[in-house]
Amino acid sequence: MSDDDRKKKLRTRNWIVGGILLALVVLFYFITVVKMSGP
Amino acid sequence: MSDTSVIKETISTRAQTEPARVGDYFALLKPRVMSLVVFTGLVGMAVAPGTLHPVLAFTALLCIAVGAGASGAINMWYDADIDAIMERTKARPIPAGRITANEALAFGTALSIASVVLMGLAINYVAAVLLAVTIAFYVFVYTMWLKRRTPQNIVIGGAAGAFPPMIGWAAVSGDVSVESMVLFAIIFMWTPPHFWALSLWRDIDYAKAGVPMLPVVAGREATRKQVVLYSVLLFPVTIMPYFLGFAGIFYGFGATILSTLFVLGAIKVYAKKDEGSAKQLFAYSILYLFLLFAILLGESLVKAVV
Repeated sequence: MSDDDRKKKLRTRNWIVGGILLALVVLFYFITVVKMSGP
Repeated sequence: MSDTSVIKETISTRAQTEPARVGDYFALLKPRVMSLVVFTGLVGMAVAPGTLHPVLAFTALLCIAVGAGASGAINMWYDADIDAIMERTKARPIPAGRITANEALAFGTALSIASVVLMGLAINYVAAVLLAVTIAFYVFVYTMWLKRRTPQNIVIGGAAGAFPPMIGWAAVSGDVSVESMVLFAIIFMWTPPHFWALSLWRDIDYAKAGVPMLPVVAGREATRKQVVLYSVLLFPVTIMPYFLGFAGIFYGFGATILSTLFVLGAIKVYAKKDEGSAKQLFAYSILYLFLLFAILLGESLVKAVV
C-alpha cells in the first residue's frame, strides 16, 4: 500500500469517526432536553 | 504448546500492514447478530406497558445494539485462535490480521462500559443492570467458561441472546415482569435447535477447532433428537404470551402455525438425516423468530393506534 493510499484511508476513517462523535453530541443534546423537560 | 496457543501468539504479534477500516471495526460488532438483538429489543419496548419518549427509545435501542456488539468484539478477541481455524470465521478482522486482538479488546471494553453507563443515565438503572448482565454473561459465562468446555454451551449461553427483549421491556416499564421473562424464555428455548441445526453441517469445522458442539461430542443422531425435543418444548413457550394476555388472537394463531412448522421441520431433520433439511431448519428458525416477534410488534402497534 502506497503512502498516499494509506493517508487517504486514514483520512476517511477520521472523517467517519468525527461524524460518529458529532452524532453523539447531537444525541446527548436531545437526551438532555428530553430529561430536563420532565416526565 | 498447543495449536491454538501458537495461533493466538501469531495473531497477537502479527504486524498490521495497513490501517483498519471502519468496516472492520463494525464487523467486530457482529452486525447480523446485532440486527436480531435490536429487533427483539424493540419488540420488548413495544409490548411493555407505558411509553417512552422517541429520543429515549432510540437511545435505549442504541445502547442494546452497542452493548451486544461490544460483547461480540470481546468474544472475537478471546476466540481469535479458534476463529482462525474455522472456515466460517477465518475471514473475521482479527484472524485476517486487519485488527489486532488487543485493539478489539479495548474497543469492546470501551463500548461495553459506554453503553451500560448511557443506559443507566439516560433510561433507567434496571435496564442498565440487565444490559451489564447480558454482556458479562456472554463474555464470561458463554465465551470464556462454557464454549470450549461443554456441549451444553449454547443451551446455557443462549441466555445472553435472550435478554434483549427483557432489556427493552425494562427500559419502558422500569421493571422485570413475568411477561418479559416469557419473551426471554422464547429466545432461550429457540437458541438450541437453531444452533444445533447449524452445527449439524458445520460439525467438522467445530471439531477442527476443538469446540465441543453437541454433534462433535454426542454425534449427529443424538443432536437431531435434541433438536426435535427442544422444538417441541419451544411450542408451549411461544403461545404463552397469548395465554398471559399480552398478545392477541392473531399472535396465538400465528405462533401455533409457526411452531407447528418448526416441529415438523425438526422431525424432517431427524427423519431424513441429510444436510439439506438441517440447512432448511436453520434458515426457517431465523424467519420463525423474526415472524413471531413481528406479529407481537404488529399487534402492539395496532393496539396503540386503535
